[in-house]
Amino acid sequence: MTTLANGPKPSRERWRYLDNFLNKPGPTSDPDWLPGEQTINGLETSKVLVIGAGGLGCEILKNLALSGFKDIHVIDMDTIDVSNLNRQFLFREADVGKSKAECAAAFVEKRIQGVKITPFNGKIQDKAEEYYMQFKMVVCGLDSIEARRWINATLVGMVDMENPESLKPLIDGGTEGFKGQARVILPTMNACIECQLDMHAPRAAVPLCTLATIPRQPAHCIEWAHIIAWEEHRKDEVLDTDDPEHITWLYQKALARAQEFNIPGVTYSMTQGVVKNIIPAIASTNAIIAASCCNEAFKIATSCNPWLQNYMMYSGDEGVYTYTFETEQKEDCPVCGNLAKNLTVNPNMTLQEFIDSLGERAEAQLKKPTLRTEEKSLYSQFPASLREQTAPNLTKKLSELVENGEEIGVSDPAFAIAFKYKLVFSS
Amino acid sequence: MVERPTTPPPLQGPTAKEKKYDRQLRLWAASGQQALEDAKVLLLNTGPGVVGVETLKNLILPGVGDYTIVDDVDVAEKDLGVNFFLEESSLGKSRAEETCKFLQELNLEVKGHAIQKSVEAFVEKPTILDNYTLIILIGPTKASGLLENISQHAWKSSIPLFYVHCAGFFSHFSVQLPAQFPIIDTHPDPASTQDLRLLNPWPELLIFMREKVGNLPWLSDHEHGHVPYLLLLLHFLVVWKATRNGKPPASYSEKKEFAALVAAGARTNNAEGGEENFDEATANVLKSLNPPSISSGLRDVFEADDCKILKNDSANFWIMAHAIEKFHTANKGLLPLPGALPDMKAQSSDYIKIQNIYKAKARSDLAEVTAIVRQLEKDLDRRTPIEDKEIEAFCKGAQFVKLIKGRPLRVAKSTESLDWSDRAEVLSMELENQKMVGLDSLLPIYFAFLALDRHNDEISRLEQSRREPNPLKDIPGARDVSGAVFPSPKFAESAHFYTPAVNSEKDPKPWPRFDTPEARETFDNVVKELDRANGAELHNIAALTGGMVAQEVIKVITKQYVPVDNTCVFDGIASKTAVFNI
Ligand SMILES: [Zn+2]
Repeated sequence: MTTLANGPKPSRERWRYLDNFLNKPGPTSDPDWLPGEQTINGLETSKVLVIGAGGLGCEILKNLALSGFKDIHVIDMDTIDVSNLNRQFLFREADVGKSKAECAAAFVEKRIQGVKITPFNGKIQDKAEEYYMQFKMVVCGLDSIEARRWINATLVGMVDMENPESLKPLIDGGTEGFKGQARVILPTMNACIECQLDMHAPRAAVPLCTLATIPRQPAHCIEWAHIIAWEEHRKDEVLDTDDPEHITWLYQKALARAQEFNIPGVTYSMTQGVVKNIIPAIASTNAIIAASCCNEAFKIATSCNPWLQNYMMYSGDEGVYTYTFETEQKEDCPVCGNLAKNLTVNPNMTLQEFIDSLGERAEAQLKKPTLRTEEKSLYSQFPASLREQTAPNLTKKLSELVENGEEIGVSDPAFAIAFKYKLVFSS
Repeated sequence: MVERPTTPPPLQGPTAKEKKYDRQLRLWAASGQQALEDAKVLLLNTGPGVVGVETLKNLILPGVGDYTIVDDVDVAEKDLGVNFFLEESSLGKSRAEETCKFLQELNLEVKGHAIQKSVEAFVEKPTILDNYTLIILIGPTKASGLLENISQHAWKSSIPLFYVHCAGFFSHFSVQLPAQFPIIDTHPDPASTQDLRLLNPWPELLIFMREKVGNLPWLSDHEHGHVPYLLLLLHFLVVWKATRNGKPPASYSEKKEFAALVAAGARTNNAEGGEENFDEATANVLKSLNPPSISSGLRDVFEADDCKILKNDSANFWIMAHAIEKFHTANKGLLPLPGALPDMKAQSSDYIKIQNIYKAKARSDLAEVTAIVRQLEKDLDRRTPIEDKEIEAFCKGAQFVKLIKGRPLRVAKSTESLDWSDRAEVLSMELENQKMVGLDSLLPIYFAFLALDRHNDEISRLEQSRREPNPLKDIPGARDVSGAVFPSPKFAESAHFYTPAVNSEKDPKPWPRFDTPEARETFDNVVKELDRANGAELHNIAALTGGMVAQEVIKVITKQYVPVDNTCVFDGIASKTAVFNI
């Protein structure tokens, strides 16, 4: 069964440790489970997709290869940066600038005989349903919430009740500093990423008027340089947060503004942190979360022990603390639920204000929404003609546009599906 | 596009090292990084040997100074299926040297050393351990004497020791820290660090409050909506106290009433129907109006003998703690002001003014503490003064300092029972409490690993007696009456009879109470699962445990954040951890 693999098939002796768990039942393994050849075959023929070849992804590829998976695919659109080297252990200084997916795949394939790793240097959105259909499961190590929501919606959309093979378990990990989480999603069967969205609320944005007129914090000055000064002085250029000249320019603008207001504390490193929305990341936390994800993938692929139901949160700031619990699937989940989600809104707010709030509300987080009711288009981002036609609605109050309790559909270029919301007027 | 000269490089642009370590410097700063780079870590490796190597990976990547791997095994086929830091060409070579070589590739700034020796041979002269900052010992050790030896020496030399087990779906590690391990920079949650001292305002703050809020009703709408909430609270406290015998709101209901008083001051005849600064003020009433108090962590520090009785060679920590305690007493329960100010709706200039008032106060408190420190140094005839920045860090984080009281590891032996009398009550309660909330305690996992240690000790004892030709010198109980050696027991059988006992004179009730069916079942299942593993490591569990141990090692080396005190277990079936003070 290992015709896909590189090199000669190593002897089974190599997997002696692993085989202790594949050939023998344990006290908590499913009594109906059949250990032995069938299980080993199942594991070796399970095609797994890894999304992300960064801090988590490097660990995930190593772990899956040493868990006995033989056919692994990996997607990442990024290239290697020098700041990756403190944790992305498959890359060396000489690799800076190369494709993460290709480098990581080549390294693990070379190190571990008998495993085949197929890289794709690109975006997950470049691939269609047929591509995702070939995998047994998907393991995600991403830092972008948008990409997570996209793959989640795609996998939920693929589920065909007539075809059990269409259900692809999604195992997702994320980290920040000494903290992280791992979760197992069985699309449509349990809580999906969208069901849990409000557990990962974005940081509240600083109001524009604070940035423009009354800055108080160094971050306010940096955001001002980022959002306002760039637009004013260099609007024809696309800001590239990886270009040191761009960051330096923003830093100096921010510094000058801070001096004007006597605000201490603007540094280059902080400028980079705010502008690139840098999340602290270390090897050890990635190791914990990636291994937790792969441990679940291994249990799902082999049935050698029960798997996680369905969320583990890890925190290492103060001692070690984990909280393992089952999150509830939501009836009104815009992706996997049947009901439209209630959004309580002030009927006096304008459509523009409502659209802005969709970007910030923990339960929506949509940046470029197009909105329509069952009968009419409220606001359309594309095409330009429709945008012009619907633009006058932006200044109208919600109460002039929709009834209390009316359902609206919201689509966003970042997602493949439309979200259903029910607008409930606050009294 | 407009011609524009290119931006000159920034004066304090990041160095190559700062670029590479950017994501971690945001967690432990240059001081933590320096501590890490000064550290020499020793790995005493045994068994499949993966968890230790994975731990090192997570220390080498962030730039630990130096690592040494002690391991006497040659690389076998089965190693290649579980250890990432080996390759085909490693077969038959020294595992210490091969893993050392492949780990070294991760970071050329780190120095790696391999010693192809057994752990026993390496620690023959235990003083060799004094060359290292921190020791990671992988269990089970061949015999209990070895573990005891290393533990005792590390304890005597105050070297932090991690003792790690990883088998199948379970793992455990115990941290043996020095008897007193104080941490100043615990990185508390920023939301919990606000000490605005509103109930004890000082003249400069009150003067500024009167200047800004003295004529509140006559302020323009713009000014009224931009009075910082902190000044609003101070103002309404004056109003409140005028009618309440000078007492601030104390009880929950009084605070609610006070919040209503504040809220009533907001202007509502505007487009928003309220004012953001007043909303912030009412939202902060419960949090900001607490009389001064000190955390249990700081109380532990104040009450320690080392804090009360200073000596010429007391650690800097205790001199500073003593000084803060004096400050605390002299200032009626106040701690030095940290000086940080949360963001709040305000005009830029007002906010900066308040920020400066807080900073000035923090500086004057710091000066007071520094003066006490200098006097103590003089009284104690100490030569090297404590650095100013060290005193400053202590003053800023005083409320959140932690003192961890390290304890020697428990060593399970085949020849005697562990004495649990000092922990029996606490640990029995752990089992009871978990049962009450319908959960299985993970404590039995720790006991199963102790049983494994004890089992290994027994095997080693029997092997030794087999090698001993003279039955007269025999170890008691190793042979039957005819002189024949007993067959080696199997782990699952021997573990079954292993229940830690307490000193029955001190605690008449036997413990632990594995007579609860839940605890007994968990214990039995863990033993069966460990038996299934038969000493094998699963790569995922080794990688995960290596991540946890590395996090803790980093916290111990940098003396930042709070390390595990003192035993942690991981259950890879339920995906849960638990920490016990053993
Ligand atoms: Zn859902």
